[in-house]
Amino acid sequence: MTLLKEPDHGTPAKPGEATVALEVDGIPVSVPEGTSVMRAASLAGVDIPKLCATDSLDAFGSCRLCVVEIDGRRGTPASCTTPCADGMQVRTQTPKVEKLRQGVMELYISDHPLDCLTCPANGDCELQDMAGVVGLRQVRYGYDGANHLDEEKDTSNPYFDFDASKCIACSRCVRACGEIQGTFALTIEGRGFDSKVAAGAGETFMDSECVSCGACVQACPTSTLQEKTVVDLGMPTRSVLTTCAYCGVGCSFKAELRGDQVVRMVPYKDGGANEGHACVKGRFAFGYATHPDRQLKPMVRDKITDPWREVEWDEAIATVATRMKALQDTYGQGSVGAITSSRCTNEEVYVVQKMVRAAFGNNNVDTCARVCHSPTGYGLKQTFGESAGTQDFRSVAEADVIMVIGANPTDGHPVFASRLKRRLREGARLIVVDPRRIDLVRSPHISADHHLQLRPSTNVAVVNAMAHVVVTENLADKNFVAERCEGYDEWAAFVALPENSPEAVEEITGVPAGELRAAARLYAGAPNGAIYYGLGVTEHSQGSTMVMGMANLAMACGNIGRDGVGVNPLRGQNNVQGSCDMGSFPHELPGYRHVSDDAVRTVFEDMWGKELLPEPGLRIPNMFDAAIDGSFRGLFVHGEDIAQSDPNLGHVTAALEAMELVVVQDLFLNETAKFAHVFLPGASFLEKDGTFTNAERRVNRVRAVMPPKSGKHEWQIVAEIATAMGYPMAYDHPGEIMDEIAKVTPTFEGVSFALLDKLGSIQWPCNEAAPEGTPTMHVDEFVRGKGRFVVTSYVPTSERSTRRYPLVLTTGRILSQYNVGAQTRRTHNVAWHAEDVLEIHPHDAEDRGIADGDLVSLASRVGATTLRAQISDRMPTGVVYTTFHHPVTGANVVTTENSDWATNCPEYKVTAVQVALAPQGDRAAAEPAEVRA
Amino acid sequence: MSAAEASETRMANDIARNLAHLGFDKAAAELAGHIGRFWDPRMRGRLLAQVDAGAPGIHPLVEQAVKLLR
Repeated sequence: MTLLKEPDHGTPAKPGEATVALEVDGIPVSVPEGTSVMRAASLAGVDIPKLCATDSLDAFGSCRLCVVEIDGRRGTPASCTTPCADGMQVRTQTPKVEKLRQGVMELYISDHPLDCLTCPANGDCELQDMAGVVGLRQVRYGYDGANHLDEEKDTSNPYFDFDASKCIACSRCVRACGEIQGTFALTIEGRGFDSKVAAGAGETFMDSECVSCGACVQACPTSTLQEKTVVDLGMPTRSVLTTCAYCGVGCSFKAELRGDQVVRMVPYKDGGANEGHACVKGRFAFGYATHPDRQLKPMVRDKITDPWREVEWDEAIATVATRMKALQDTYGQGSVGAITSSRCTNEEVYVVQKMVRAAFGNNNVDTCARVCHSPTGYGLKQTFGESAGTQDFRSVAEADVIMVIGANPTDGHPVFASRLKRRLREGARLIVVDPRRIDLVRSPHISADHHLQLRPSTNVAVVNAMAHVVVTENLADKNFVAERCEGYDEWAAFVALPENSPEAVEEITGVPAGELRAAARLYAGAPNGAIYYGLGVTEHSQGSTMVMGMANLAMACGNIGRDGVGVNPLRGQNNVQGSCDMGSFPHELPGYRHVSDDAVRTVFEDMWGKELLPEPGLRIPNMFDAAIDGSFRGLFVHGEDIAQSDPNLGHVTAALEAMELVVVQDLFLNETAKFAHVFLPGASFLEKDGTFTNAERRVNRVRAVMPPKSGKHEWQIVAEIATAMGYPMAYDHPGEIMDEIAKVTPTFEGVSFALLDKLGSIQWPCNEAAPEGTPTMHVDEFVRGKGRFVVTSYVPTSERSTRRYPLVLTTGRILSQYNVGAQTRRTHNVAWHAEDVLEIHPHDAEDRGIADGDLVSLASRVGATTLRAQISDRMPTGVVYTTFHHPVTGANVVTTENSDWATNCPEYKVTAVQVALAPQGDRAAAEPAEVRA
Repeated sequence: MSAAEASETRMANDIARNLAHLGFDKAAAELAGHIGRFWDPRMRGRLLAQVDAGAPGIHPLVEQAVKLLR
């Protein structure tokens, strides 16, 4: 493939069915009402010269290069800001406009460095192109007058440079920062000739509010804002369309390469999830894929105290197969299992669970979704009948009231957050339910109507109280409930109980009753009310209950089954949804069908030629318990670092040490690999071929831009292990795996690589009834028929603050880092977050004599670690917060074994802790964290 | 009692507390159903053994659910 360039029609498309008809240079064209003349011309095949216009931004009308003549109108209007009208006759090439354009270009070029041949943007510069298009042949003004050619270059950002000498002050970067990203970090400083782009108040880009999303770089028509990789490597020559491997937004990208070397990642305009936008991770933090820390050869060792020995693939695969079989011969069929990865493709996940079920002969397979969104699967299945979110991301543009619960989208799901912020700037109202004052509560042009700053662990009490208001104030959508749902009366009677009133729970939740009542009325009264939530909902002892509580609330208010509404999980990792869809849970085969269902099992038995067990297998925490107990002896860990990410690490590492065979497949020798006997090198997303499924059920193609550096695809390795264990598994291409998935999974019935290539992406269910997928679920009826109200009794967590551990720790992630940091720590993103810090309220800090930047000890009943304090009033008193991106901090050393009652999802968000100033001279932050048995 | 044995009791008690609002009989049936649907057989076996051994702190609903599971 050559370099893929999407068409740029100059101004955004206008929605609506009413059209107007006009002629551009005699060519008839019909466009939606409100469309600009520039866009209409482009659609008619006539490109009008432009510099300040691009179709990702609203028209601005500053460069005056796009002037045209319109019959019957005076002057030469800018085509970008002039809407089309019926019967309009537009002339884009007349002597008058040609002369005007040359004059404009002459002025631009008179103040622009004439270094095109050595400029990094040579060949990809709109100014250069336009000079040619308008036929500029001379600059009459000379270059000796006042100019900007000596402006200083800002190289502070690790990923891009800002060369002010090349700036034409078109404001595209400023507008991209505001309109697309919603950060408003950039501005035009000064007036007239002194106008210049500035980051913040005269700061460098690095010191400003800039979040390095790169929208400004993408929007820049010159080389003013330029990726450093382009400066270093030169312009790319080919593109491969693929999907980001970071968060669950699942952005589509053009990987732009020279040969096999990625020069830059450019978000794809036709990407359904991101529509041309990206964040600092997806756009820039891909360097880990070629980091020298990558282990590219398989390795084995007898004991974890032995040194690693590099071997060939055949030996590594034989070692895994032989030792797994030996364990089963000695300890039984159920003594081994596997953990699938939410970072890997659907095809890779599918073959791992197939290996477990068909080659291992048990159901001991679980996924890292266990520790994040398993309550989503349980709760939405119970209430709606399907373990997935209800909407596509575009839906938020139709929401009138948006409730964000236990999620921090600007950090965790930044590209979705940009969509959300855009809708808020258009006037949608916002309710934030979170113990922490996340950025959405108040940021440029955004202010939450209500911030319900609840105490950690009281989600269910809050959602019940909101439901109490809806029911007792007669705000429910009775028609929707009567037609679409069941179990309402029992549920309504429950939430109407006095003990569920906002006043009654105020002491428990810490949320003022009046504020909660107002928020409930706002949500219930909205024409379209949408709920978005994250791990602040699921990672609790009542995570599943809270998911059902939100589903109840949405059904009661009729907020299901159309654009602008819904209950929407913001998934943590790129393929959490897909890994769950693919049968990674120990009780479910692909498509969320229980292993005890004879008819379902028969489908797989016929396809796989192997009898399957009807009993559920072990979940991840159960595997650890069983390892310590002695009945579970061998584990295949596919792309997950359980020795850093899972709770109560002392228990996790004890379990890993107790096992006789731990196989790790990963890019790097991670923390878990310290306990491994076999290391199998994995493939980065740039080497993968397959599909990811994002949080909106969108199946996206992941295409390899280079062959696997280890020499084998991951699905291939798994198939070879299964074959070596006596269960032949052979595929020639991942497309064949998807074909098999489609045959055995009704929701994927119509999905194929061919259809994905044709449509770009597909949101499941994709079947005969929905041959191109399903953007919105439960439209006419719920998947289970009637939506089911479930009584959600509030049960306080057993994790309580005590005199010894008086504070509550809650954890989360930060924009620049991703999960355990294995990828982002190996990029320049460490410039923003070189270590995990503990956010602590000024009062709690003062009580303990802690100053900003002090090393502090953080201790719970299961462990202790040391990290730096950051004084912050984002947390209420009594609550502290940290991230878990750095193994040296080991934040999960202190989190406990408590978990969601229904799914065993860990209660990461609630740990009773004490914080104290670390002893003088303590250097423990650089030491391994202490683990108490 | 080993750590693993304690886990089954703890998890069963957690489920019991969250289903208790259903009333004793229905909650016990739901609890037994949940354990049957989501727990590996060896975990069920360990829970039964813990109840048989009179492990302390077992929720009455768990005791009833275990009877249904047998």
